[in-house]
Amino acid sequence: MNEFFQQLISGTAVGCVYALVALGFVLIYKATDVVNFAHGEVMMIGAFLGLTFIDTLHFPYWLGVIAAVACMTVFGALLNRFLLRPLAGQGILSVIVVTLGLSILLRAFASVMWGPETFPLETPFSRKVVRIADLVLSQEHVAIIVLTVLLVAALYAFFRYSRLGIAMQATSENQLAAYYVGIPVNRVHSMIWALGAAIAGIAGIMLAPISFVQVNMGYVGLKAFPAAVLGGFGSIPGAIVGGIIIGVVESMAVLYLPEGFNNVAAYLLLLIVLMVRPQGLFGVQTKRRV
Amino acid sequence: MALLEIANVEASYGAVQALRGITLKVEAGAIVALLGANGAGKTSVLKTISGIVDPRRGSVRFDGKDITGMEPDRLVGLGMSHVPEGREIFRLRTVHENLILGAYRRNDSAAIASDIERMYSYFPILRERQRQRAGLLSGGQQQMLAISRALMARPRLILLDEPSLGLAPLLVKEIFGIIRRLRDEGITILVVEQNANMALDVADYGYIMEVGRIVLEDSAEALRNNPTVREFYLGISQEGTETQAGQRWKRKKQWR
Repeated sequence: MNEFFQQLISGTAVGCVYALVALGFVLIYKATDVVNFAHGEVMMIGAFLGLTFIDTLHFPYWLGVIAAVACMTVFGALLNRFLLRPLAGQGILSVIVVTLGLSILLRAFASVMWGPETFPLETPFSRKVVRIADLVLSQEHVAIIVLTVLLVAALYAFFRYSRLGIAMQATSENQLAAYYVGIPVNRVHSMIWALGAAIAGIAGIMLAPISFVQVNMGYVGLKAFPAAVLGGFGSIPGAIVGGIIIGVVESMAVLYLPEGFNNVAAYLLLLIVLMVRPQGLFGVQTKRRV
Repeated sequence: MALLEIANVEASYGAVQALRGITLKVEAGAIVALLGANGAGKTSVLKTISGIVDPRRGSVRFDGKDITGMEPDRLVGLGMSHVPEGREIFRLRTVHENLILGAYRRNDSAAIASDIERMYSYFPILRERQRQRAGLLSGGQQQMLAISRALMARPRLILLDEPSLGLAPLLVKEIFGIIRRLRDEGITILVVEQNANMALDVADYGYIMEVGRIVLEDSAEALRNNPTVREFYLGISQEGTETQAGQRWKRKKQWR
């Protein structure tokens, strides 16, 4: 029984990382209609920036996290300004090629900058445990879950109550109407990219103690994609729930299924859900007016 | 000097030329009607003014400033609001949020709150439904919301695109009543309409468009009495009887 709960918690922790990557991914997709295939790599850059600030420049942990996230914000806005905005009005195919190209570029850049090795990242939670009754949990896993809950709550409040948050949702819903009421649509798009990249950066730094910082950690993006689809592409709560489900299913597969299944479990689950409920868990079948 | 002046504006969508040299003026404090049949280019004129479409040639001046090709969000800041065709409200946001978004360029939250109250007094039904998603409103209520949302920016000039489209006659009257009231409060209005009767009733001045050109302009009074306008736009023939649709081709419009 203990084994089950420990696996549940570690699965949820990894799922939280998937959820955050999927969240940024969905935010960007909803607002700008860009499917950012490089979002996993954006996360990887965030992890490397965290490594640079904390390990190389010896910033205190939390200050390093803040510095890295601040850099990610600027990075996200620049990506939109110089890579995606010039593509406005181009077909979906050009956008796909550009974001796929970006993912390759970022991986190459990281291996030139930081090298192809695997780097550990010390955190204040490393090698510490939380004991609840006779349950022994890694503090890192618990910290990830707590941080994710706080972050999601903050995002919820931001989108629900702040003017900029409401404007971002409005822009996602109807770009033309956003122009009509005087929302600077291009700037809002850049801010959404900044937000998406910042969240991915946090996810990357949180993932670092679990999977180490390395050039290929962006493949987590490959898990965030089914997470987003599972939740119903375009649904923010769906992305979060989808991410956590995939994390939990993966870790349960380690426990109960033959070896190797943990890598495909996410996709099997996705296939089953899509057969039963093609719009995803939280998706609505949208009717587009012509 | 006129509040809005556009001169020799040409615009096209791809290879299709929608505007073939439009010149018009809107004096401050006036209601100006832009009339014409479907596809004459009325909506394109409004979109060119509010920066949604960039003109290929010509100039647009607002309050003495050259605003040709300026981004739409900056024009809202300068005091121009556009109530577009099809309303374009935020259907998934609440009525209240739509109004707040209308005031996006403003920072005076106290005045914004009192303006929202003012909109609710113009259109009490919006107050009743303020917590509902705007997409659940009826067509007429959505039109009220679209107008209110535009007013939330405290514009000096409002561009109104087909405010009567798809509304019941009683609602049309109500909307035009509000248009009059706005003019009395000092807001300048450029209204595009197919309902020429209603539009010329409230307007001070009118322009008539055909296939991308302005073919006639005059005071609303004179347009109402112009025999050609009476026949082709108001549906009243010289003798005062309704024109028969089948006979329309026989008579030539005099400005051709």
